[in-house]
Amino acid sequence: MDDGFEAPYRLEYTYRRSTGAVIGRFLGALRDGRLEGVRTAGGRVLSPPLEYDPESGEDVGAPVDVGPGGVVTTWTWVAAPRPDHPVARPFAWALVRLDGADTAMLHAVDVGGEPGGIRTGLRVRARWRAERTGTIRDLECFVPHDGATPIDVARPTTEVSGPVALLPSPVRLDYTIIAGRHLRTYLSGLAKKRIVGGRCPRCRKVYLPPRGACPTCGVPADHEVEVRDTGTITTFCIIRIPFDAAPFPPPYAAVAVLLDGADMPIFHLVRGIPPEEVRMGMRVRATWVPDAELAPTLASIRWFEPSGEADLPYESIEAHL
Amino acid sequence: MNRCAIVGIGQTHHKAKRQDVSIAGLVREAASRALADAEMAWKDIDAVVLGKAPDMFEGVMMPELYLADALGAAGKPMLRVHTAGSVGGSTAIVAAQTVIAGVHRRVLTVAFEKQSESDAMWALSPKIPFQPQLTAGAGGYFAPLVRAYIRRSGAPEEVGIAVAVKDRLHALKNPYAHLRLENIDAAMVRDSPMLWDPIRYLETCPSSDGACAMVLTDDEGARRAPRPPAWVHGLATRSEPVVFAGRDQVDPRAGRDCARDVFDQARVTDPRREIDVAEIYVPFSWFEPMWIENLGFAPRGEGWRLTLDGATALGGALPINPSGGVLSSNPIGASGMLRFAEAAMQVRDQAGEHQVPGARRALGHAYGGGSQFFAMWVVGRERP
Ligand SMILES: [Zn+2]
Repeated sequence: MDDGFEAPYRLEYTYRRSTGAVIGRFLGALRDGRLEGVRTAGGRVLSPPLEYDPESGEDVGAPVDVGPGGVVTTWTWVAAPRPDHPVARPFAWALVRLDGADTAMLHAVDVGGEPGGIRTGLRVRARWRAERTGTIRDLECFVPHDGATPIDVARPTTEVSGPVALLPSPVRLDYTIIAGRHLRTYLSGLAKKRIVGGRCPRCRKVYLPPRGACPTCGVPADHEVEVRDTGTITTFCIIRIPFDAAPFPPPYAAVAVLLDGADMPIFHLVRGIPPEEVRMGMRVRATWVPDAELAPTLASIRWFEPSGEADLPYESIEAHL
Repeated sequence: MNRCAIVGIGQTHHKAKRQDVSIAGLVREAASRALADAEMAWKDIDAVVLGKAPDMFEGVMMPELYLADALGAAGKPMLRVHTAGSVGGSTAIVAAQTVIAGVHRRVLTVAFEKQSESDAMWALSPKIPFQPQLTAGAGGYFAPLVRAYIRRSGAPEEVGIAVAVKDRLHALKNPYAHLRLENIDAAMVRDSPMLWDPIRYLETCPSSDGACAMVLTDDEGARRAPRPPAWVHGLATRSEPVVFAGRDQVDPRAGRDCARDVFDQARVTDPRREIDVAEIYVPFSWFEPMWIENLGFAPRGEGWRLTLDGATALGGALPINPSGGVLSSNPIGASGMLRFAEAAMQVRDQAGEHQVPGARRALGHAYGGGSQFFAMWVVGRERP
């Protein structure tokens, strides 16, 4: 149900991983269409390679070629593949121990879409993508192999060779933020050009928005009180650095405004005055968006502008940072 | 209750980009150096305590899982600590407490950050529903507090500039420091761009890749140590809500209480006289005078005078951040531990060109979040 109190919240970013020598070499081999592992001091061959021996904590040793065939050591069936999966039809996620390795690699096995085709002990070989870039996806999946016929080894697709030092790592987290009871009170007020705070019954402080618990008293600070849309700038900074999410081209002033009737300032923007003329103690009034654009968000207040009243003395606002 | 000694210290050469190593390789480098300093091997370690900055900062959600191999933690207790920018300090404290409590005898503690893989400005400025985009990174959060400090104390603008110059001059003496500004002077800082007015570019910390590690042990471990240990004389953490009416973010209560606690444990009654050197978490230059006051080194409103008088420079009465501080190297997750480690290096006489001669007692300090997490230790040359 979307009544204006649910909103999507997406965190999305592409991290730039440096892979280090061991993993970088493995990824470079994948780009060449080869499978590698590393040998530990104890003589085991780890594939995929690890940077450090998980048993001893010591550095791992020289790279070794493994494969090109391998054996399924265990598996699970994926009846309904998702868009990002490496195989479009039903397939198995499996642990595949490559020939010459002592550890197994998790990857997809394409057995033609029928669950009867996968079993522990199945011999498999790699199916490579034609265009390879130096990621684990260069190895599209494993497919059954009779173990007798020779396996075609992939040919390098590009002139590029050597380790893959950097790896883009995109992440995206999609949340739905649902406003709780106290935030709803506050947000629905803003949609009607009203600013509703909550008073703590014990310390009498007024919080914006109202709170389920007063931070100092621990009791609900939700006795509703209306706060005025005029207030005093208690402190501020002038943003002169450009950044992606900026609301305006810099410079602009971001201010802490202690609204009349509240005990906590809110953070907002001030316009209608050159940023360098903004002062601590300056009186301001909210500039609301046009009525047609009012919505349950603090963005219903577009910004604050000077009200023209005389500044308040600093001592009266010092305790309201 | 056991005593806790620091017998191994290691760090990376902090840089804007360490693209030659993975995160695992980065922590490994610091941890290997700490083990070498202690003349220990991976097998000598009983437990590992790990800390890093908030997950979005470099996009690793379970470092304790990913880094177990690199830190030789297989089959051993491994803990992760999580207190925003103060995490390097609180991680060291958790590690020390396991020694003090007699739970472990030789603990490896590690903290790291690889800012080149990510964008802290992005991580700190999410577009949150139901409100306009207002935040602008850490500077946007802390600049209004700096303005309030300046208004409250009447400090001249030279103070912020003086700290920026002083810490960068210190960094030139520290081979591990990231920023090396050979020609740094007041004019260079003054002429650098204003980013979050009143904070200039050169009054802010850099973005660094780096890691720090320490080996902590008990009396018996200290007796076997190849080099003189630093001894923990006191350790404390405090936190406070990020929002409450009347909260004084310029002089936070949690910081004051934490300082009083750690100095009481160390039997320090006059910190200005009894502490020989302090490494405090100063990501923006104005935080030096703010924390000087919060820590009780100077009365309220007077901290900036120590800075302007030169007392906080190497050679002064109370050298602060001889390593060059956060202003010169800022691998965020490791920055707190670097303060703690530098304090220990000072009392071990291990700080090379940035050594405070004869330092007997040192303070390591870290803060994080919206000035809501504090971690501190006092370390000394003598066993307490
Ligand atoms: Zn209350």
